[in-house]
Amino acid sequence: MGETELTPVASLFGGVLVGMAVVLMMAGTGRVAGISGIVSRLLPPRVAGDVMERVAFIVGLVVAPLVFIFSTGQSVEQFISSNVVLLVLAGVLVGFGSVWGNGCTSGHGVCGMARLSKRSITATVVFTLAGMIAVFIVRHVIGGL
Amino acid sequence: MRLFINLMGGLIFGLGLVIGGMTNPAKILNFLDITGTWDPSLAFVLGGAVVTTAIGYQLVFMRSKPLIGENFEVPTTSQIDKKLILGSFIFGTGWGLVGYCPGPALASLSLLNPSTFLFVVAMLAGMYGARVLSS
Repeated sequence: MGETELTPVASLFGGVLVGMAVVLMMAGTGRVAGISGIVSRLLPPRVAGDVMERVAFIVGLVVAPLVFIFSTGQSVEQFISSNVVLLVLAGVLVGFGSVWGNGCTSGHGVCGMARLSKRSITATVVFTLAGMIAVFIVRHVIGGL
Repeated sequence: MRLFINLMGGLIFGLGLVIGGMTNPAKILNFLDITGTWDPSLAFVLGGAVVTTAIGYQLVFMRSKPLIGENFEVPTTSQIDKKLILGSFIFGTGWGLVGYCPGPALASLSLLNPSTFLFVVAMLAGMYGARVLSS
């Protein structure tokens, strides 16, 4: 897959924007901005009442790359696997695990860590280590998929 | 107004992910590849987001309630249980296989890569499965 360039300034700025969005959600609606929670509560069997709000958040999230492209004229670089089995397996694991563990990179990694929640710090350490193990096995043991 | 705040929240969140390079799965996988082509960019995104949120939350919690709504809904469970560990481990494994977590995967839908659609459909199925099992 190859190297990617370290982008400290852009990434720090991007992170600050993510934080501002998270703070805006708390100030405005009193809610934690955890993506897996926002999305999964739209699904049965217990569809939460505030469907339209959650959909609005997701619409904002989905149009963001287009807003970026049209306002800056830059493209959004993506390099992603096209292995169908790998994509489906990874998707199921990410979806299942984020609901089972009550949060993902945003809910635990950002919102929870910012509150110094022990649960979220634990979750973030565990999912980062698990990710590192998966990458190590795929890239350095199997030799790529 | 509630809808507008949510829309803006999602938009700013998504812009942050795009600008931070987090919609490129290769960058995520390289962050996790500490023994190979390591790219620590994700740490800058996470660091920037956590510090901004920590300061912002302090300011927000000085008020008694949000702009809209009666109270702040912050998770109160503090117990570290097997479900948290197992779920996080499963999530992290999937994250490390492709380099997508829920936010970047959803934001990337508008970039129209077929791989993203496949991943998101599978992710929703996984979420549904976990919700059925835990209800």
